[in-house]
Amino acid sequence: MWNRSRKDEDFTPNPIGASAAPSEPVKEGIPMSTLPSRSFEPRSENSHNAVLGKSVIVKGQIISREDLTIDGEVEGTVELHEHRLTIGANGRVKASVKARELVVLGTIHGDVETSDKIDIRKDAKLVGDIKTARIVIEDGAYFKGNIDIVRPEAAKPAPAPAKPPAAASSQSSASAPSSALAAGAGDHKR
Amino acid sequence: MDQFCAVLEERRQLKILDLAGASQSTISFVTEQGHQLYSNDFLLQLDDCFGEGDSYENQADPRNVERFIGAALDFPRASFDGVLAWDTLEYLAPPLLATTVERLHTIMRPGAGLLSIFRAQEQKEPVTSFSYRIQDRRTILLTPRGARRPAQFFNNRALEKLFQRFHSVKFFLTRDALREVIVKK
Repeated sequence: MWNRSRKDEDFTPNPIGASAAPSEPVKEGIPMSTLPSRSFEPRSENSHNAVLGKSVIVKGQIISREDLTIDGEVEGTVELHEHRLTIGANGRVKASVKARELVVLGTIHGDVETSDKIDIRKDAKLVGDIKTARIVIEDGAYFKGNIDIVRPEAAKPAPAPAKPPAAASSQSSASAPSSALAAGAGDHKR
Repeated sequence: MDQFCAVLEERRQLKILDLAGASQSTISFVTEQGHQLYSNDFLLQLDDCFGEGDSYENQADPRNVERFIGAALDFPRASFDGVLAWDTLEYLAPPLLATTVERLHTIMRPGAGLLSIFRAQEQKEPVTSFSYRIQDRRTILLTPRGARRPAQFFNNRALEKLFQRFHSVKFFLTRDALREVIVKK
């Protein structure tokens, strides 16, 4: 019933980020997990980014009106409605989280809601239900919970002059998802 | 798989349980069709609860069984419209398997489907187990995740008996000696 093609018999993985064979493109609308692992990049001094250091323990409610990095322990609730929350590699959060964007390198136990994106990096752990517009999970990340993708309501299209059919067709093909899955040599396709 | 995915394409707002653990491609495939996906790494939880390797003796301990079911399948009755069990059921000893299938039956909604995979030939040595990632309705990406010895061998009659509480059981024998089983509640 399925297309089964064993790509390779030995399980040696491809270098991370290797591109898929041109003959087998796989298109996805959401960024793929096979991108090279990104390192934790501290924000520049000019940007507004509060930091809870790794020796800090907070129990209670955190509301932030700037980006926040948590590298310590937090228990309670965390709200950054219009900003980005980063859970550093040492961060341990046991809380419900609301933010515009969430990057997880450490551990979260709790439900998470973001208006834009959740990025769960390699070796991160998230146990809880997620409600978000977009999600990226790297290989090696652990996630247990429900994922509810909430599509942002499409903006009302501005009235535009009619285009000739050829131009409309060209625009349509250009907007198709173009990311391709880099399948490791250790992976089998069924 | 094709049949399972056909249901996903026909209907909207379904809730699917994936026991293979979280992967970007499966998440994208399911959520882009307007469904919710619950990801759970069933085999990882099995190892956490019963120990890695040949854990079948531990799986007979009723206290461990109760703890495992509570951790891995603690959902309200009739929570899911579909379950992707993949090959996980092959690695459960009979008492745990019966409890797990009973629990799956409980958490599935009437008419819900379950996709499972069983080897068509008996294996007494450890075999490679895989993480299953859906790329499209006809393509599954298998990523090796170590070797395990299947707990038991299932022929068609054994599978029918295993899923006897369900409304229907369909078998598909594949080219690489696997039985794909689609069960409907």
